[in-house]
Amino acid sequence: MLDLSLLPDGGASWLDASGEHADVVISTRIRLARNLEGYAFTPRARDGERLRILTQVREAFGSLRSIEDGVLVRVDELPSEDRLLLHERHLVSKELAGLNDQPVRTGAAVYLSRGVGIMVNEEDHLRLQALHSGFHVADAFGVIERLDAELGNRVPYAFHNEFGYLTACPTNVGTGLRASVLIHLPGLVLTKEIGKVLAGLQQVGLTYRGMYGEGSEVVGNFFQISNQTTLGRSEGELLDYLVRVVRHVIEREEEARRVLLRDAGYIIEDKLWRAYGTLRYARSLSFDEAMNYLSGVRLAVGLKLISGLSVYTLNKLLIFSQLAHLGNNEGRVLTESEANVARARYVRETLAVEAE
Amino acid sequence: MVCDLCKEGEAVITLTEIVGSGVRQLHLCEKCAAERGVETMVGSTKPQINNFLQTIHEQMPAAKGEPVQCSFCQATLSDFRATGRLGCAHCYEAFESSLRDLLRRVHGSSRHIGRRYVAPLPSELPHVSSATELRDRLKRAIEAEQFELAADIRDKLRGIE
Repeated sequence: MLDLSLLPDGGASWLDASGEHADVVISTRIRLARNLEGYAFTPRARDGERLRILTQVREAFGSLRSIEDGVLVRVDELPSEDRLLLHERHLVSKELAGLNDQPVRTGAAVYLSRGVGIMVNEEDHLRLQALHSGFHVADAFGVIERLDAELGNRVPYAFHNEFGYLTACPTNVGTGLRASVLIHLPGLVLTKEIGKVLAGLQQVGLTYRGMYGEGSEVVGNFFQISNQTTLGRSEGELLDYLVRVVRHVIEREEEARRVLLRDAGYIIEDKLWRAYGTLRYARSLSFDEAMNYLSGVRLAVGLKLISGLSVYTLNKLLIFSQLAHLGNNEGRVLTESEANVARARYVRETLAVEAE
Repeated sequence: MVCDLCKEGEAVITLTEIVGSGVRQLHLCEKCAAERGVETMVGSTKPQINNFLQTIHEQMPAAKGEPVQCSFCQATLSDFRATGRLGCAHCYEAFESSLRDLLRRVHGSSRHIGRRYVAPLPSELPHVSSATELRDRLKRAIEAEQFELAADIRDKLRGIE
């Protein structure tokens, strides 16, 4: 089984709750899509081409100064439970892990280091990503910009004078930049304001998804907000815009929480403590159930109804209570009902430690 | 119709602008539209990217005079319509004008104004075998029954080997 603790940061520095607004914004992710000159794009490339791309970039990775102690993981050689583990940890996309309707591609790999990763042979040859805790757009972009500049000097990127960085899907062309924040909005959901906020996002060129990106459902009131267009605006403009809108969404969320406490104080308090009680004592929890209760407890911590529980623990509970993480912890692949029992035990034990 | 701006190119797009309290219509050629596209197209009837494939189907008829296939990867416009993915970087040149139109609809602009990339000189790059690259292209050309192209590539390969 894959041991993620061997990664330079254990693949978990993004959970440490260090960034701005960390109780509301779990993480900030910025990715750049890049392709190499001289090859067909990944979906059309042959196995041999993808392997040569991997060899070419692997050599380049070795000489990068902006990434230290990186580890290359051949995703295509991993069993499905380990590919799922990487995906649950937000280190690779569903597509790279071969968890969509397509099997994993020959040559699929990821180079991982502290808070940064480079996916190889995703839909584009390279997907550079920085993943930071909290609302940390400028820092995350700084890291990824340096990495991109350095890597672009080692391998030739496909670039067009008018269209910019060329990508397999025209929705990514231009800057190739997608910045997204994973944000927890229970206040807006409970006050039923969320519909308006989400519709507003789409009108201003942003979009939202569930926790696991494209096509994923919203569970536990966790939303991913990101820029929708990548062309016609500079990287700085795209990021500034996202930051401004997300700040506004955070303000709306805080306002909704104040309204909830003012107008429905004891009802909310009761609901959140019940969520905590269930997590503290349940013997079997499905994933969706755990997410919804964890959302309640996270809100309770944000409202300072529950003290002594850190945001870091809440983040860890979100990630480590997923199927492949529970299996990895037990050293075997779990069935769904086994996972439900293991999940309840993991959550119970973690909360008990903090409650002491 | 001649372009209202440069008075040279043939107008392919009618742009409706709101000027003060009135409305003005401009007939623009491809080039001038591309130059103005950035500001003028934003906020018009821009489809959601979620419906991207649908947008391609509805709004991307083949433009006149475009090659049917990309000469590098042999992908066709209908491949693109079916998958929503281009075959390679050269497809952007092969299907340039259809794509320009699509990009304007999807992004509100077709012009990259972000960071510009300067490729490293070949001498600064690690050596990559071009023979293997040619062999890949040869296989693709044969599969696509592009026999003239295949013969060309074969000759180049012989030159190298």
